[in-house]
Amino acid sequence: MNYYARRTLTLLLTMLFIVVLTFSVFRIIPGNPALTILGVEATDEQIAMLEAKLGTDRPLGEQFIDWIQGIAILDFGESLRFSEPVLDLIAARLPVTFSLAVLAMAITVCVAIPLGILAARTKGKLVDMVVSIGTQIGLAVPSFWMGIILILVFGLTLKWVSVSTYVGWSESPLFALRSLLLPAIALAIPQIAIVVRYLRTTMLEQLNLDYVRTARSKGLPEKDVHYRHVLKNALLPVITIIGIHFGELLAGSLVIEQVFTLPGFGSLLITAIGNRDYPLVQGLVLIIAFTVITINFLVDLSYRWLDPQIRLK
Amino acid sequence: MMNRKYSLSLVLGMTFVSLLLAIMLISLFYTPHAVNVMKIADRLQGPSWNHWLGTDNFGRDVLSRVMVGAQTAFMVGAVSVGIGLTGGLIIGTLAGYAGKWLDELLMRGTDALLAFPGILIALLLVTIYQPSMFQTMLAIGILSIPSFARVIRSGVLQHREAEYVKAARGIGAGHMNIIFIQILPNIASSIVTTAALSFSTAILVEAALSYLGLGVQPPDPSWGRMLNESQSFLGKAPWFTLAPGLVITLTVLGFNLLSDGVRDVRDKRG
Repeated sequence: MNYYARRTLTLLLTMLFIVVLTFSVFRIIPGNPALTILGVEATDEQIAMLEAKLGTDRPLGEQFIDWIQGIAILDFGESLRFSEPVLDLIAARLPVTFSLAVLAMAITVCVAIPLGILAARTKGKLVDMVVSIGTQIGLAVPSFWMGIILILVFGLTLKWVSVSTYVGWSESPLFALRSLLLPAIALAIPQIAIVVRYLRTTMLEQLNLDYVRTARSKGLPEKDVHYRHVLKNALLPVITIIGIHFGELLAGSLVIEQVFTLPGFGSLLITAIGNRDYPLVQGLVLIIAFTVITINFLVDLSYRWLDPQIRLK
Repeated sequence: MMNRKYSLSLVLGMTFVSLLLAIMLISLFYTPHAVNVMKIADRLQGPSWNHWLGTDNFGRDVLSRVMVGAQTAFMVGAVSVGIGLTGGLIIGTLAGYAGKWLDELLMRGTDALLAFPGILIALLLVTIYQPSMFQTMLAIGILSIPSFARVIRSGVLQHREAEYVKAARGIGAGHMNIIFIQILPNIASSIVTTAALSFSTAILVEAALSYLGLGVQPPDPSWGRMLNESQSFLGKAPWFTLAPGLVITLTVLGFNLLSDGVRDVRDKRG
């Protein structure tokens, strides 16, 4: 099978897997979902009403077709807790989570690329060792704990930023940025560690290749060798890595939002789980999962397309 | 650092992991204070001779609780790595050894699972069933199957046609013998590398889930839940937050270094 066919097949399979999983988890559970939500003291009438609302009183096949049709027109039903369409609830929380992930990604790129180059250029020296110890620690620190520490240091001790009040972008972009900065840094730290390590390795790999020897032997200054030739080739796989980790950022933000009490996907999902709001959990998980795998897919394809060596094969 | 005969990562990783293992084992028999005894009079005390790491909001000894928390962390790590390894062995050897369409099918399946953000599966599981240590281990274990399956499959593919395997086949060794006695010992170092990495991932995911209140439930002690409990008292009792967080970091660091170290040693041997 060629690469594109295989990759598309994987995408479709994953999507199908998610559709089936989100559908089935709340229907194959032991016992009646309506009863689980309402508790044992519910009257038969209440249960019947909720069953009608959830659609669980109808045949399974019919429900599944409904679920797929709903996905196609972005109708995920109504939340039990908020009595609002699931899609509206998700759309209202989207800006927070999305801007948090994008900000974290921007921080990752701005910090990790210079650090990775620095580590590669000082290979084996003190600077390189310090960076590599730093990245090991960055990989090991749980990002939500890093968030708590940032609150402790910058919020409570130094009082540089006020924590725990989120201001929307439309109200004040400056305050919105301020309330997202610490969580974005906490989220970015493990990503920075990953990208630095990866960039360092790919740059060192490139430095062993023939074209570098050619560039050096024609008298090109070492700086030009690094920035003009090596970096160009080393950066491409790094971009892929950053893109692929967007999903991790999104997943990580679910936890970080709880630390900073940001009104994003994370707090919505936790509320939904706590209230056994099945339609909301279903819709959220589906949308988050679809977003992540679609981004991964696009990054994969663009990487192939950007790299002429692979494209022309 | 690069050209020494031994691997610094391996030495450091082994040291950290054995130290934590020792703490965990000690906590089975001895903790400085009783783990669950609450003394409201002693609440949120700073580090002292009596309470080395201070006390929490119920007056419980933080050091004792951190020590016992190691039991949970190691338990979750070990069981989920066990699940991942078992699932990975079955899928990986089947895919690598049988090949053809079965390989294609199994590998697309693991790709699909890998693409799915891990914590979501865990969250789905705890929504249906009540959150507990068992659900947490199960979810994390399932999530680590794909990485084991990939490593084992590529190892099996690489060794399937090797001379020594052909020789074993020549003297009439069966499939099971070839897989378990011939091939697996030769890819053990890759498996150990993956296992150590999965162990640290498991500890991180467990901590995150328990922090959200959806992982390990009381009375089982958990570092993640300690972090959750400590956050309301951040200004008054920073030690309560620092201790469990540092221990998680050290544990994960230890297993990551161990994983890197084993890989370095293997690469050096060629």
